[in-house]
Formats: sequence, C-alpha cells, structure tokens
Amino acid sequence: MKALVRAVALVAVLFVVSGLLTGSLIESVSISPYFLQVLCLAGINIILAVSLNLINGFTGQFSIGHAGFMAIGAYVSSFLSITFGDRIRGVVSFAPEAVQNSLLLLAVLAVGALCAGAAGFLVGVPSLRLRGDYLAIVTLGFGEIIRVFIVNIDAVGGARGLGGMPKLANFFWIYLFAAGTVAVVTRIVGSSFGRTLIAIREDEIAAEAMGVNTTRAKVLSFVVSSAMAGVAGGLFAHYLIYLHPNSFTFIRSFEIIIMIVIGGLGSITGSVLGAVLYITLTEGLRQFAQYRMVAFSLLLVILMIVRPQGILGHRELRHFLGKRRRASEPPPPAVAA
Amino acid sequence: MALLELSGVTMRFGGLVAVNALDLALEPGQLYGLIGRNGAGKTTVFNVITGVYRPTSGAIRFKEHSIVGERSGKITRRGIARTFQNIRLFGEMTVLENVKVAAHCRQTADLGSAVFRTPAHHSEERRVDEQSRELLKIFHLEQFGGEKAKNLPYGSQRRLEIARAMATLPRLLLLDEPAAGMNPQEARQLMDLIRWVRDHFDMAILLVEHNMKVVMGVCETVHVLDYGATIAVGTPAEIQNNPKVIEAYLGGA
Repeated sequence: MKALVRAVALVAVLFVVSGLLTGSLIESVSISPYFLQVLCLAGINIILAVSLNLINGFTGQFSIGHAGFMAIGAYVSSFLSITFGDRIRGVVSFAPEAVQNSLLLLAVLAVGALCAGAAGFLVGVPSLRLRGDYLAIVTLGFGEIIRVFIVNIDAVGGARGLGGMPKLANFFWIYLFAAGTVAVVTRIVGSSFGRTLIAIREDEIAAEAMGVNTTRAKVLSFVVSSAMAGVAGGLFAHYLIYLHPNSFTFIRSFEIIIMIVIGGLGSITGSVLGAVLYITLTEGLRQFAQYRMVAFSLLLVILMIVRPQGILGHRELRHFLGKRRRASEPPPPAVAA
Repeated sequence: MALLELSGVTMRFGGLVAVNALDLALEPGQLYGLIGRNGAGKTTVFNVITGVYRPTSGAIRFKEHSIVGERSGKITRRGIARTFQNIRLFGEMTVLENVKVAAHCRQTADLGSAVFRTPAHHSEERRVDEQSRELLKIFHLEQFGGEKAKNLPYGSQRRLEIARAMATLPRLLLLDEPAAGMNPQEARQLMDLIRWVRDHFDMAILLVEHNMKVVMGVCETVHVLDYGATIAVGTPAEIQNNPKVIEAYLGGA
C-alpha cells in the first residue's frame, strides 16, 4: 500500500517536472533544449549504468557487451513503432492521442526488452561459464556481433541508420523508467536472491558449495540486466528519433563501464551518480575542444589513483542518511546521551 | 543403511592417483574422522563427495541416491554441507548475510518475490533472519552479526564457516581441518561444539583434521589414508596401536 502511494507520488512529481521542463505548463521556467536533452540522456545513462552494475558490480561478472543489448532494444522497438505503429494505435483508437502514444511506447519497449533479454539469455548461457578476462572478451565479441548483424540488415537501414520512428519518449518516460530500474535493482540486491548474487561475486566456489545454483543465478541476473539495457535502447531511439549502428560500438559499452567504476562497482547510488557525472564531465569539458578526451582521461586516472573503489565504493544513499536501516541489520550500538 | 557410501572411488589427475579405490561408509549420526599425511588425498575425497571433482571411477551414494556427476549446489541441496580448509567466506558480506546465503537453498524466494516483495517473501525473510541469528548464537558469533566477515578474527572465521554450512540444513557435514590455526583452548571448545552440534542436529560428521587430540577425542571411527589408499579403519584406540599407521606417520624403523 505504502509502495503504491510512493509510486503514484513519483509519477505525479515526474509528470509535473517534465511539464515544467518542456515548458508546456509554465512558459517562463522552460529551459534550453540543449540542457533538456543532456538531462534526458543522463536518465538513459542511469538505466544503463544501474542495470550493468547488477551484473558487473553485484554478481561480479565482468561484461563488456551492454551496448549490444541496448542496440537490440533500440532497433526492435523502432522497427515495431515504424512498421506497426499505426496498427497498434488503431487497436486503441478510441483513446486520446496522448494515451495512444503512451500505450504504443510501452508496447514497443516491452517487446524490445523481451528481445534484449532473450539475446542476453542466448549470450549468457555459453559465456557465463567463463570467468574474469575471458568473460569480458566473449561479451565484447558478442556485443560487436550484434552490431555487425544490424549493419547488414537492410530492413532496419543497415549502415545508413534508421529514422522515421515517432517521438514517443520524453523526460517523463525516461525518468519513470530510470526510477523503475533503480527500484527493481535495489529490491533484487536487497533480497535473498540478491544475496546469492553477491556471494557469487565474493567466492563462486563457496557459493555453489552453499547450495546456490550459480549458473542459473548468473544467467538470470544477466537476462534482467540485458532486458533493462533494451528498455534504455528503446527510450534512446524514441527520444532521438534516429538510430545509427555506430551509436552501439564497444565504446558505448566502455562508457557505461566507466560510469559504474566512477560511482563504485556494487553501489546503486554510485551508478546513478556516475551516470550523471559522466555526462556532466563530457559535456562540461566541451570547451577544451580537441583536448576534451585528454582532460577526461586524466580525471579518470586521477580518480583511480585516489579512489580505486569508485566514489562511493559499496555504500548506498541509505548509509549516509543513517536512520532508515534495513530490518536485517542490527540496530546501531547504544551511545551514551 | 549407510547415509553415505563410497565404493571403489578413484580420482586420477593425469598420472597421479590422488584417491585409490576408496571404500567408505558413514552411518547416520556418526562422527567419522579421516586422517593421513599431507597429500594423502583427504581434501580430494571431500572434493569428490561434494561434486567439485568427478571421480575417475567408482560409486558415491548418499541416502541411496547416486550423486556422481551432480553439481556441488545440487549435492548441497541433497543434504551434504562442507567447510573449506582455506577459509572461503564471503568477505565483503556481513557475518549474518554469510549465513543467510546458505539458507537460501531451503527457501522458495526467487527473483519474482524479490521484485514484487510478496507477503510470503516478508515472512520468509523474517524466518530466515531468526534462524540465522539462532545459528550465530550457537557458534558464539552473535556479537559479530553486522561485521564484515573478512574483519573477523581467524578462529571466529572458522566457526562462521561451520555456522554457514549448518544453515543449509545438512544431514552430513564435512569439516575440512576446522581446528587449523587454533590454540589448544580453542581446539577444545571446538571439540565440544562439534559433539554438541552432532547430538543437537542429529547429523553425521566427516572430519578431516591434523590435530590428533581433536580427531581421537571426538571421532568414533577413524579412517587412515596414505597415498590415496585406505591403510586402516577402526576406533581411535585401535588406530593408535595399528603398526601400519605408526609406520605411515613416523616412518619405518
């Protein structure tokens, strides 16, 4: 019940904020389209970073193929909204246009997420038998295979890129899904199933010896993570309304990894922070023109020397707030008043 | 009817025969010691029983089921739990969480209940929390509940390994050198604990240990391995006077 109230409140807040930002409610507070776009891309980055952290940070399986799953979500949902968009709208033609658009977005995102999740399953089953560097290389390879596939499929534009999808995603939807991703991942890692994931990160042999079906747990977290990347891809596509295979090279995967490493592997708050910080830095350093990536790399090197565990390490927001402890944690030791 | 039965189990690593045609039978509730010099194949026997290695040949039956070729996790769910000689705790997790991970295999909770937080999920979490705290109390670890496992003193880490294994609700517990690195007083306490756990939870325990005081003081049957083969099985008193065992340990005259 409390959760429902909170969810409704969140939707309302996001709705009002997105209204303010896009200027449809009050003209005077509308912000520059550039800043709004950066905000929206930050939201998509949050989904990508938090979902990748589930597999890299919590389950401890180093995957570099996230861009591939994002691409699947982006292309599948775009293909659907371009090809079947009118037909799907026709089914709900009685509803007002805004509702039609929302339902269409949700439908294509769902299918995109399913396909990305299925691809995650197909990639995860063989490759999650590997560990460490080997897993990283194999996932990198799969990510590239997915991209090369797309380049060679003419129905989705191939190397020309794909345009013509309706602009369905906006600030509201992006941040709704970002909040949803944070909520789902938080609940997973805070659960009994999540404890087995962290146990796998800590010591896979011991986890298996304690009765955990480690293969199943790893594949499951990989599938969830991939499906979330698919959602991020679908939002990305329907926000920018143009897709190009070059958006999904391994460089994109590395960007997401940088975000979670900056924030702290194994911290959801850290991933959100890392995603926002990454885009803030890359945009903020634009003034250095061709030296932008040099400056950025230097910052990363310094961060890794000063704080190799990332800004937050394993800590979460609640560790700083202090008062809202989980029931499973013992109460703080009594302190003399 | 034996709880665990090994017959003719051989484990070869290339040219090395680590375990050679081993026969072993463990009754329910038995305290069974497995001893031998370094490299005699004791830990390999553990790894073969728990599915870490698949034996080259031979049969392993637990509660009348053949468990050869099954995954470690499956074997644990069947009721065999183990500790590790070189401690393998989940270092970054708290002591309480370490125990809860092991309890997971007896839970119905899964990904779905984690995301939707059903009422069943909450009541199960509460139950596991209580059980896990109970186990920590038994192993004198309750004051460390919120501490990271890696920060525990060595002796406590060893006890946590046993507590964690117990959380999988085993019928058979395999202890791999639980007294390693303990001082005589800690070792004595451990002996009492092992006996108490066996009586209280009605399990069989298979113990690998170098500390002879512990083995001879706790075990009802002692099994001596040398170069992977059995050289003697008997009560502690019989083993202590067995000329073959004396020769293996002290060398021939």
